[in-house]
Amino acid sequence: MAATLLFVAIVVGLFLQLVHGSWESLTTFGPGFIWSSAWNPVTNKFGALPFIFGTVVSSAIAIVVASVVGIAAAVFLAEFAPPFIARPISFLIELLAAVPSVVFGLWGLFVLAPVLARSVDPFLAHTLGFLPLFSGPIYGVGLLTAGLLLALMIVPTVAAITRDLILAVPNELREASISLGATRWETTMRVVVPAARAGIMGACVLALGRALGETIAATMVIGNRPAISASLFAPSYTLSSVIANEFTEATSSLYISALLELGLILFVISVIVNGSARLLMFSMLRRERPR
Amino acid sequence: MRTRMTRRASAALIAGFAASLGLATLPALAATQLTGAGSTFVYPFFSKAFYTYSQSHSDVTVNYQSIGSGGGIQQFIAKTVDFGASDVPMNSDELKRAGGVVVQVPVALGGVAVTYNLPSSVPGGLRLTREVVSEIYLGKITQWNDPALVKLNPHASLPNIPIVSVHRSDGSGTTYIFSDFLSNVSKEWKDKVGTGKSVQWPGTNTVGGKGNEGVAGQVRQTSGAIGYVELAYAIENKMTTAQIQNKAGKWVSCTESTVRAAAATKPNVSATDFSIVDRSAENAYPISGYSWVFVFENPTDKGRAKLVRDVLSWTTGADAQKIAGTLNYVPLPESVQETAKKALAEVKV
Repeated sequence: MAATLLFVAIVVGLFLQLVHGSWESLTTFGPGFIWSSAWNPVTNKFGALPFIFGTVVSSAIAIVVASVVGIAAAVFLAEFAPPFIARPISFLIELLAAVPSVVFGLWGLFVLAPVLARSVDPFLAHTLGFLPLFSGPIYGVGLLTAGLLLALMIVPTVAAITRDLILAVPNELREASISLGATRWETTMRVVVPAARAGIMGACVLALGRALGETIAATMVIGNRPAISASLFAPSYTLSSVIANEFTEATSSLYISALLELGLILFVISVIVNGSARLLMFSMLRRERPR
Repeated sequence: MRTRMTRRASAALIAGFAASLGLATLPALAATQLTGAGSTFVYPFFSKAFYTYSQSHSDVTVNYQSIGSGGGIQQFIAKTVDFGASDVPMNSDELKRAGGVVVQVPVALGGVAVTYNLPSSVPGGLRLTREVVSEIYLGKITQWNDPALVKLNPHASLPNIPIVSVHRSDGSGTTYIFSDFLSNVSKEWKDKVGTGKSVQWPGTNTVGGKGNEGVAGQVRQTSGAIGYVELAYAIENKMTTAQIQNKAGKWVSCTESTVRAAAATKPNVSATDFSIVDRSAENAYPISGYSWVFVFENPTDKGRAKLVRDVLSWTTGADAQKIAGTLNYVPLPESVQETAKKALAEVKV
């Protein structure tokens, strides 16, 4: 009980502290801070929009890619792969989750970014270049690179949890499905995965949380330009990256306050994402409950 | 046989451990530990210099935390450290918050080199005028085969590819010096962007990299990229650097001697007049600057303050500056060493 209260106190205290720290910025810029694109430490004019954009878009790319790949891998490992394949691969996936993010960042900067810049990005520009998403100059670093790197970092979370959830689905369900004449594939896709879907949803939210807050790996491959561009090749910037980049050298109090307000916005985004996912899961579970 | 050896080995180990414990703890107990915090740029220099100092002064050890200049100033104002260090002197606003009179002295000198990545190498190094550098970073010169660049480098085969300008994404003294240089040579830069440790970069074809290594990595991987890194980093990584035309009209590379020539033009450098970019001396490299340490002029704990003053006088003196040279910093010119010594003498202990 006391431990639970402690957690509540930490969350509330964190929120209040962020509001307190960003008070100067909140009162100076008002709500306009959220949709302003200025970020000029020399003239003390600050706005959060490019950072919100970069955070949301890179995390969206990450969660779309990671959920598709992660769930597919988990289904394969839990339902189809023979144990001598499933065991070592599961172990490796879990190992991937333990790699420090700065290592991912370095790999992203020195391996992933050049590969994307040389082969994948030009291919996308060539075939899908008529879309604004895949046009414009290619830098190697940018939204797409950051999204894919984040995806790689959160795949283990999605895959490992989903695998455990699928393994936890009672065998009676599988037996019943097969006895009714369903194939193994139909059983997996129509019975087993749906039975675990609320939990899978939760796994994705957990992973999304990591993508939203990821700092060091994102800053190494996103290009760090506070600008909003339709192209996924363009450099961008995330909320947590700008805080990490500029906090140590920020000296004016308004500057520090603006950085703290970015932290507050990140906090609120995380709460909204988690809250809405919780609501979605809740309604899902209620629909499934037999009347 | 085996057990005897093991036993002997462990006995030796215990004896050795006890001896090292005795040797290590006794002077440490007697020594006063001074603390400083701030600039990451000076950290390699400080850690070697302070170690060397405590070898000959067993009564003092210095614990320097490289938390960044901004953090160093905060800690100094909060009086949690004995001295602070920053790549830019404390400004009037910060001095007001500090409460007491602050003595600021230059402690290390560094240059900022312009590096680039072109598909074919430029014989003798790329040549850039000050105006061209500012126009590239303003986003007005956007292609490598721009007539202005071709005219400066007639022997190079400059390709028809866009210029990607790379800058530091983290707040840094290197950016401060570079933007100070651009503000000095271009009125448009001064009006539109200004000088700071982080600025709003104007061009559209720009990318930010974290730290010198981030900028260097980005430049290395992007054909057509241009970027700026600290001199020591450029030397250690053998990077290709450009020659810049200085105010006197001479082509100069970023080296220890050209940076020192720029610094020597302003022997009475002070916290209010500290910029040494774009100097008019013959051999002066136009993009360089100092890092600073600061202490209170009238400290409360006189005993500690005397130790701090002695350490810092030594650090800004010839012996320590020689150490700085071995670490690819630019040693302070003698005139500036004198200035620092005089300023530190103001501290009332």
